[in-house]
Amino acid sequence: MLSKHKLLIAAIAAGTVGLASTGSALAQKKYDTGAIDTEIKIGNIMPYSGPASAYGVIGKTEAAYFNKINAEGGINGRKINFISYDDSYSPPKAVEQARKLVESDEVLLIFNSLGTPSNSAIEKYMNAKKVPQLFVATGATKWDEPKQFPWTMGWQPSYQSEARIYAKYLIKNKPDAKIGVLYQNDDFGKDYLKGLKDGLGAKSSMIVAEEGYETSEPTIDGHIVKLKAAGADVFISITTPKFAAQAIKKLAEMNWTPLHIVSNVSSSVGGVLKPAGFENSQGILSANYGKDAADPQWNSDPGMKKFLEFLTKYYPDANKLDGSVVYGYGAAQTMVKVLQMCGDDLTRANVMKQAASLKNFAPDTLLPGITINTSPTDYAPIKQLRMERFKGEKWELFGDIISSELTN
Amino acid sequence: MAAVQEVVTEAPAIDAVPKRAMTLSAGTTLIMLALLLLVPLFVKNFIIFQLTMLLVYGLAVLALNILTGGSGQFSLGQSAFYAVGAYTSAILIENAGMNYALTLPVAGFVCFLFGFLFGLPALRLSGVYLALATFALATAMPQILKLGYFEAWTGGVQGLVVTKPDTPDIVQTVLAWFHLKMSQDMWFYYFALAVTIAIYILSVNLLRSRSGRAFMAIRDNEIAASAMGVDVALYKTLAFGVSAAITGIAGGLGAIAVQFVAPDGYTITLAISLFLGMVVGGVGWLPGSIVGSAFIIFVPNIAEGISKGLSGAVFGVILFIVIFLVPHGARQVAMVAQHLLGRLKKR
Repeated sequence: MLSKHKLLIAAIAAGTVGLASTGSALAQKKYDTGAIDTEIKIGNIMPYSGPASAYGVIGKTEAAYFNKINAEGGINGRKINFISYDDSYSPPKAVEQARKLVESDEVLLIFNSLGTPSNSAIEKYMNAKKVPQLFVATGATKWDEPKQFPWTMGWQPSYQSEARIYAKYLIKNKPDAKIGVLYQNDDFGKDYLKGLKDGLGAKSSMIVAEEGYETSEPTIDGHIVKLKAAGADVFISITTPKFAAQAIKKLAEMNWTPLHIVSNVSSSVGGVLKPAGFENSQGILSANYGKDAADPQWNSDPGMKKFLEFLTKYYPDANKLDGSVVYGYGAAQTMVKVLQMCGDDLTRANVMKQAASLKNFAPDTLLPGITINTSPTDYAPIKQLRMERFKGEKWELFGDIISSELTN
Repeated sequence: MAAVQEVVTEAPAIDAVPKRAMTLSAGTTLIMLALLLLVPLFVKNFIIFQLTMLLVYGLAVLALNILTGGSGQFSLGQSAFYAVGAYTSAILIENAGMNYALTLPVAGFVCFLFGFLFGLPALRLSGVYLALATFALATAMPQILKLGYFEAWTGGVQGLVVTKPDTPDIVQTVLAWFHLKMSQDMWFYYFALAVTIAIYILSVNLLRSRSGRAFMAIRDNEIAASAMGVDVALYKTLAFGVSAAITGIAGGLGAIAVQFVAPDGYTITLAISLFLGMVVGGVGWLPGSIVGSAFIIFVPNIAEGISKGLSGAVFGVILFIVIFLVPHGARQVAMVAQHLLGRLKKR
């Protein structure tokens, strides 16, 4: 009798628990526009045409990565519907496309939209609409302002913080340096230059000459000659790939051998150093956070193996030496991680909450030891870098992982 | 030099357009107006925004139409005037706290001066040489906007964010009586529409006036015009000034609609788009401006829908087909349609 009684209680208890759990599961499913039981809509804006069309590869890689996720069953059973539009790197067009994504396609969020001007143009709109503008593809410093723009978050280390690392390195290792800076005269170059000067602080007189160039200039030789004439013994090259390669070649031609620092955007082995000639590139310094697919030291790295497998299966036409492919893979992986963390609560507020609570997340393509960390007051996902020196045909990392937070 | 210039000016790229053919008939105008007034009431805010941009680019194409279709001068530098107008409005709104509506006349005035002054050296050039000179202006403008000297006002390479105007309280209260609401987008659309209609009427009247006739006389034959007593130098620069002023107002409206100005928004691509819009709409035919503007806004989107990787090529093919089939653009289509309608009426 007693046992029967007990059984009954147990059964009732089990039933109640069962009910309760299904009940709570139902209650947990929360959606905003753009997410349903079977689908999550993600918007994206890329310069597939126009002056910056080389970066369009990032959008294509991300589309391929989401295809892979969908083929593997999606995120918690939901397929990703990735809608990517072209803005030709034009801010007015970016506004039009962002509004189309939010108001017409009704996406849950806009992910990794590219370019500082384009993102600046839509930032106010996205925050007014309270739609996440997640992991924007630009290194400007202004994306880390959670108080003013709680719906906008960057991804890569900011240009300013990278420049501060070089400043720190120079103050420590070459305090008597005479720095000559070559910078691209746009938002990217100016941001770097500011970071460098802030990093040098009271010692900014170490900069003996700075030369700005326009992307429309066919050659930058004249600027380099001027920097040499100013007596610089450190050459900081805040350049995009084409110009970085030109500068490396010109230096070799002139037999000028200053301490040469190349910005991270132009540190690609396949895109810059190989075309400029390995013999001319020895001893160049840079800082990095990601692995370079052209660098043989990662051939047996498990993360990079996964990356290469993905390319052969889902994006076979990709050029694995193109840094943009590695970039898109890492960014898409971060996006997927955030959506997984969201579980069944796919509201825009929860997406931002989860994006702001990433802890020690390491996408396959980041350097060992570098991880993504965010918090409600820290909207700068990657903020660690390592210094590296070019030797032979590859980068050799040296020194510790340096956190480049702006607070010092 | 003179011989070369003569060769260039002798080949008329622009057909003489009779005055009357520059506008639409009253009936068609009313239908267009009704469409422009009513459509926004039934569509999403995003489409209202696109329609606002349609008006803005329409104005800019109209300005180029006055210059090229009216006075026969080429310009690939309209993006520079557009940028100056956009920046003038943005700076006045954000730095001086001026009302957005008041910034437009200022933008127009600044651009008028700029265009007039640019017109002075341009006087010595004609045809392709003038096109090249204006091209230089368009390439230079983004870099000038980036200059350190102006950075305090222009925001340098980072650009300026512009606050979107709210629907005025009076309008809100009146609408509230009928339990209606008007979004910021819709308000600004109607504001832009009012500006556009005003400028359109002024432009039509300008071309019908003494000055308009002088423009066209210069376009058709400069020597004959000066023999008739037209001050060629004055009217040529004036055409530049007027065109620049209208482009500047369009730029100001565009800056407010997009809520952002940056040097990269006003590159040579914009100037070429406007030129394209004018050709597609029909050179010298003012109502065609809106058709040309629709072409440069919507066709790239259609091209992108067909193929993402080849959007540029698809756009090129569409453009080629349009130019091949209807070389005089929307004007030709309208003429044929009117002709057919006329026949139907006769029966």
